[in-house]
Amino acid sequence: MSEHIVSVRVYITIFLVLLVGTALTVWAAFVDFPFGLNTIIAMAIAVTKATFVVLYFMHVRYSTRLVWVIVGSALFWMGIMFAFTFADYFTRSRLSIGT
Amino acid sequence: MIESHAATPEIHGHPALQHHFENMEQQREAGTLGMWIFLVTEIMFFGGMFLAYTLYRNLFPAGFVLASNHLDITLGAVNTGVLILSSFTMAMAVYFTQTGKLRPQVWCLVLTLILGLTFLGIKAVEYHEKYTDRLIPGRIIPGAHFGPDPHAFHLQAGAPELAQIEMFYWIYFAMTGMHALHMVIGAGLLTYLIIFSLKRRFDPEYHSPVEVIGLYWHFVDIVWIFLFPLLYLLGRHLGGH
Repeated sequence: MSEHIVSVRVYITIFLVLLVGTALTVWAAFVDFPFGLNTIIAMAIAVTKATFVVLYFMHVRYSTRLVWVIVGSALFWMGIMFAFTFADYFTRSRLSIGT
Repeated sequence: MIESHAATPEIHGHPALQHHFENMEQQREAGTLGMWIFLVTEIMFFGGMFLAYTLYRNLFPAGFVLASNHLDITLGAVNTGVLILSSFTMAMAVYFTQTGKLRPQVWCLVLTLILGLTFLGIKAVEYHEKYTDRLIPGRIIPGAHFGPDPHAFHLQAGAPELAQIEMFYWIYFAMTGMHALHMVIGAGLLTYLIIFSLKRRFDPEYHSPVEVIGLYWHFVDIVWIFLFPLLYLLGRHLGGH
């Protein structure tokens, strides 16, 4: 059996990282960052936390290539959905045919 | 080759091995892959709501900040911690199943279930606060239509931001409601795992149900990891109130 068993040490480390990330995101929310960076910082922390969960709690780091492709495809289609929708909504005001 | 089709069961096969798989490893990997494909559909499902959130937040920035500042940041943060801890205990349940330790496996599953129910309990307290503040959007609740006290948001009666605040709460209830529904389903799945763990159904060779429900549980955790900053922490640095 080639199944990789993630060690308890790794699980505890990820757990602590997630707790620190939560504290960090609450702290960062009250700091007035320039250039409206607050949302970007909040999302960067959330993406980092999610990545740790996916790679270690969900074992993707030790999964087959096929699982990697499936996970990647989800992000790819999400990207299409957001990009195409924004391309529509955020350019409507440039047209004279109304919203 | 015809003999291999005879009805004699595999001598070395695990009782949980289905006939259409070569061995336990192939069966387990197929199960994990199938779960991930389901999770992709879930990501797209929640993705649509995150898209709606982004568009309306862009359209109504002021109302969204006012509405978000009204949410209880402490309850939201505590619930984030509860859910992260439950993800950890779920991961440990998978670990103890893989290493064949039945008692800690069952205890971890029970802990995960308790933490999941704790999350739902705190969520219910929050929902009740929204109910008493008349923040349930639309006219869903008889006798308690959307109509918060404008002064609670530092607004005059009839201010245009009130409609924006209502839109925030539509999205808030749609997203946290769907998330809570996933938690309820997850609690049901955990109950199933606890019962069948006690029946010694899972072992280091066969633990796909624990692994796959674990994937589901972690996915629900990830949704909350994004919901918490997006719903609760909006524009806090502007020092609203």
